[in-house]
Amino acid sequence: MWKFIVPFAVFTLLGAFLFIGLYRDPSYVPSPLIGKPAPEFTLPSLQDPAFPIATKDLAGKPWVLNVWGTWCGGCRQEHETLVAIAKQGAVPLIGLNWKDDDAAAQDWLRQLGNPYAAVATDHEGRTAIDWGVYGAPETFLIGPDGTVLYKHIAPMTFEVWNKEFLPRIEATRAGQGAKS
Amino acid sequence: MNTWSIRAVLVALTVFSTGDALAVDTQRAFDDPQLQARYEGITRELRCLVCQNETIADSNATLAVDLRREVSEMIAAGKSDDEIRDFMLARYGDFVLYKPRMTGKNFLLWAAPVLFLLIGVLAALRFIKRRAAEAGIATETDTAGPEAGKS
Repeated sequence: MWKFIVPFAVFTLLGAFLFIGLYRDPSYVPSPLIGKPAPEFTLPSLQDPAFPIATKDLAGKPWVLNVWGTWCGGCRQEHETLVAIAKQGAVPLIGLNWKDDDAAAQDWLRQLGNPYAAVATDHEGRTAIDWGVYGAPETFLIGPDGTVLYKHIAPMTFEVWNKEFLPRIEATRAGQGAKS
Repeated sequence: MNTWSIRAVLVALTVFSTGDALAVDTQRAFDDPQLQARYEGITRELRCLVCQNETIADSNATLAVDLRREVSEMIAAGKSDDEIRDFMLARYGDFVLYKPRMTGKNFLLWAAPVLFLLIGVLAALRFIKRRAAEAGIATETDTAGPEAGKS
């Protein structure tokens, strides 16, 4: 009896693992930043380099950091979605222009519309490294207390926004309401 | 030259020339050979996450270039290898290390070889015991003679 059950069980287990493996994305790397304080930065603004953008100024409300560059195909792909999301006005979108040319980035926003409340420029890519960015576009959700709540790697879609971002944004508001 | 020495030269050429031809990070980061060795060692055990199957020493991706700069700056600032690894771990997670650490999450992975060996040894022991017992029965019946088996 065991002679049949054991191999069958081993086969089923192995099959289950391989089956799950079929639907997992091997290029997806979970961020160790989730649940941790968002790395701070103070960077020049794309619109006016004299006017710096600091994470400290954003504390107290949930906000979204979107890492993009004009060299990035996925960023072009998600841009219309970002513009539409910005129109909904649930949270401010802050752009992190990663290793890009200022003039090219300004042209991009002029031509395609600007979904960002502000765009910080990271010419050297140091802030991107602090945030563990490895492939644009990446989108982070930061809570009112400055904690990273979620990270999406790949172009933003309405599906992801409605399923992953909006409920978490609502949850931070509900939490705050209960505290006050 | 005879054919054998020509072959030897060709083999030597193919074996020893590839390393330099494949090197991406050709600029020396440090004049001090000791620091340079540390730099090369650590960039060879960090994964470039854009390309995933290359170390940051082997990759031409801009992120790899940035991370190499970060490593060389940290070495110049007198940071230890562990501090540099922790810097990368805090940002990119365990996946960035080519030599993985043992953590609670992957403990089973580390324990699996020992576990499988144990299972194998136990199975072998059981098998040997059963064979020994069967052999014992066989010799007993043998000594009892062919008549005993008939009844």
